[in-house]
Amino acid sequence: MSISSAIFYLLAAFILGSAVLAVTARKIFRAAIYLLFSMIGIAGLYFWLSYDFVAAVQIVVYVGGIVVLIIFSIFLTHHVGTEMEKPNRMRMGFSLLAVIFAFLLALIIILRNDFAPGVVPVDLTVDRIGLQMLSLTEYGYILPFEVVSMLLLSAMIGCIVIALKLPVSASQKSGN
Amino acid sequence: MTGDYKIILIPLLPLLSFLLLGLFGRKYLTKSAGLVGTLALLGSAVLSLSVAADYFFVTGKVNGVYQPITVLKHTWLAFSPGVSIDMGFLIDPVSVMMIVIVSFVSLMVHIYSLGYMKGEERFATYYAFLSLFTFSMLGLVLSCNLFQIYMFWELVGVSSYLLIGFYFDRPSAVAAAKKAFIVTRFADLGFLIGILILGFGAHTLDFKILIERLTTHTPELKTMAGTSFLGLSALTWGLLLVFMGGAGKSAMFPLHIWLPDAMEGPTPVSALIHAATMVVAGVYLVARLFPVFAISCPGALHVVAYVGVFSSLFAAVIACTQTDIKRVLAYSTMSQIGYMMFALGVSGYGGEHGLGFTASMFHLFTHAMFKALLFLGAGSVIHYVHSNEMKDMGGLRKYMPVTHITFLVACLAIAGVPPFSGFFSKEEILKAAYQNNFTIYVIALFTAGLTAFYMFRLYFSIFWSKEFDTHHSGDDHHGEGPWTMKIPLLILSVLAFGAGFVPFGNYVSSDGNALSSEFHLALALPPVLIGLFGIALAYTMYVKQNDLPRKTSELFARIYKGAYHKFYIDEVYLFITKKVIFNLVGAPSAWVDKNIVDGAVNLSADLTEDTSMLIRGWQSGKLQQYAFCFFVGVIGILVIVMMWH
Amino acid sequence: MSEVSLSHLLFLSTALFFIGAYGFLTRRNMITMLMAVELMLNSVNINFIAFNKYLFGDKLDGVFFTLFLIAIAAAEAAVAIAIIINIYRNYNSIEIDDADSLKW
Repeated sequence: MSISSAIFYLLAAFILGSAVLAVTARKIFRAAIYLLFSMIGIAGLYFWLSYDFVAAVQIVVYVGGIVVLIIFSIFLTHHVGTEMEKPNRMRMGFSLLAVIFAFLLALIIILRNDFAPGVVPVDLTVDRIGLQMLSLTEYGYILPFEVVSMLLLSAMIGCIVIALKLPVSASQKSGN
Repeated sequence: MTGDYKIILIPLLPLLSFLLLGLFGRKYLTKSAGLVGTLALLGSAVLSLSVAADYFFVTGKVNGVYQPITVLKHTWLAFSPGVSIDMGFLIDPVSVMMIVIVSFVSLMVHIYSLGYMKGEERFATYYAFLSLFTFSMLGLVLSCNLFQIYMFWELVGVSSYLLIGFYFDRPSAVAAAKKAFIVTRFADLGFLIGILILGFGAHTLDFKILIERLTTHTPELKTMAGTSFLGLSALTWGLLLVFMGGAGKSAMFPLHIWLPDAMEGPTPVSALIHAATMVVAGVYLVARLFPVFAISCPGALHVVAYVGVFSSLFAAVIACTQTDIKRVLAYSTMSQIGYMMFALGVSGYGGEHGLGFTASMFHLFTHAMFKALLFLGAGSVIHYVHSNEMKDMGGLRKYMPVTHITFLVACLAIAGVPPFSGFFSKEEILKAAYQNNFTIYVIALFTAGLTAFYMFRLYFSIFWSKEFDTHHSGDDHHGEGPWTMKIPLLILSVLAFGAGFVPFGNYVSSDGNALSSEFHLALALPPVLIGLFGIALAYTMYVKQNDLPRKTSELFARIYKGAYHKFYIDEVYLFITKKVIFNLVGAPSAWVDKNIVDGAVNLSADLTEDTSMLIRGWQSGKLQQYAFCFFVGVIGILVIVMMWH
Repeated sequence: MSEVSLSHLLFLSTALFFIGAYGFLTRRNMITMLMAVELMLNSVNINFIAFNKYLFGDKLDGVFFTLFLIAIAAAEAAVAIAIIINIYRNYNSIEIDDADSLKW
């Protein structure tokens, strides 16, 4: 087993371990931190695959944005120190069963398939990404780019509107 | 052909009058409704006379025989080739005579009602209903198809219902209207079944073709006469059931119970519908199908005869005891229609044998005149006295001269005193009865005597008997009645006198050939003598108020009591409907409906509710439960797809 | 890299996906459910990148999908947090079982 495979298995274990802990932690803040670790692990994976740009974006957006957002919202709505309740046994059991069954099913599908050997990979440079993303030719992604920017704008406006605190009289009505 | 247009207009004018008055009468035509109706009827009457003149003298005869002419036939609903409901007009001697009678008497009633119903709030509605009735009756007599006659038959029934129940705030009027409609409807059940039998058997519903098929040696006649059900042939059943419908409409025993109660309607209505026109619809029906009765099914004809003569006697006996003048006239109508029925019943077909047919139609003609006159006169009296009971009347000859004289003319006509019209028609009927069935002749003769007796009992009680005390007709400023009420009385009395001189046999006979009847003194004398005897008896008992009537009633106590209570027929009907039908049939049906039918529906509703209670847990509002089901569903589909391949 | 075949990476991403699914179905708190959703989205990202690297080395489509998906996930998380805050204001709790007004 070469060094890169070992690194891969380590990373994989790290990612999966953090994920399991994130979904089963009793204290919510800990769950958020475990999620953070999982994200960092995934970024590491991208680095191992030598897709640097994607890894960087993952760290900046996910770790630095989304997880921070989640942590802020935890502070806004929760007593951080208290423990959350365990879910009831039946729900846990059924979900576990369903998930494991589905996992095995997916695994069977994956392992049966012989993936064709790929093309020799070419280096991923930022200028290549940039040029293709904004190009108007056949494989250009200018349209999705514009659409995503519209999406981000509408999401921003939507968030502000939804979370807007109403004037005092109405909020007194809705607050209770 | 302009003749066609004339014939179409005859029922069309009253129909238009009905629509106009029915839709706009209440609001716009309240004062002039009477004029509108009368003018329409005047048009119809003139056209009818014109058509009659045309038919009888110009176009009708082919080789000396009157032919039935079909004017306008339009196939409306074809069940199968040959059997279809057509709408059209059939002109033959009987129908032409009927349209003249109907339109003329209706015209008289319209004019009379201008005075009688004056001041009535629903004046326009009254005239609308009268027009509807006239339209229906004219359509009935002009029908060329069995089903068409049934449709107009029902229309006439509806008009009768509307008019009997005209004073709908009186419970007795409402009940009488319902009774009339239900009894005739029940009879029409038989009529419909009869139509279906005849139509199916002869493979046609058209009168001309039906009569042709069922009177000559055709395969249809063979099958109909051959198939037997409960001992009678199919043809007999068909004809008897059709006669049942006719008996209901013509108030023959035992379906006569509605006619006396129908007197709750306004008197001009009684004159038009329940004396001269609607009640003779049954006689008209038998006359229409007469060739089939006479040639192919004499048994049914015997039934007709016996029912007719029995009803005649029955009604005459009851009429002797009634005290309401309209009821007396109602029973008298029933009796006279019985005469018409049995006259048809004893008749044969063709030539000399067809005397009964001609006599029956002749009596229909004269009866319409004098009976309408009697009712209108009674209306005059009621209008003056404000009461229907004989005990409130008496000595009115001084105060109502015109009514008195015309009423007397009509009574003489109905009693069969020569030279009034009733004598001629009754004499022919009795001659036909004598020639064919002696028993019926004897009964008819006795009934003639009774007729004279009770009619003159009525006459003397109203106009002689005792002095009229004027105190309870406090507002007798109106006197005898306006001229609109007197003119029809005068015109009808002229006809009641003169109609007898028409040589009827030249125009109307069973097979179209002219029928001349000779005058036999030996046969003409007995009815006249018995009539005069009846009049004399009534004179002694009623011209001056005395004890004789009371003593006579004690003498015949049992019979008197029975006759006074109309022989308890109404009570029998009530018993049957209440005890038998309501309890044995109605109550169980209601139980089934409430418990079983309703129960089934309620059960299905309850089941649905319980099931929905059980499965509503699926909509718990919990997001994770939905996600779980979604997840499992997707996996399931994946598995199935994988298994497939 | 040569020893680690595509199926290894796919194993990883599949496992991560179903861990996220388990978390989504089991967690009572809305924010922890959101975390599980993020895990699922990440697993999809890994999938795209893996296929791009191993099967289509000279093309960039997988990378683009991943980039866009990250952006979209960010937007979606933001909107979800806004909604959660709104629900917290109305129901005064962020338990998922307390927001069950749309039931029978």
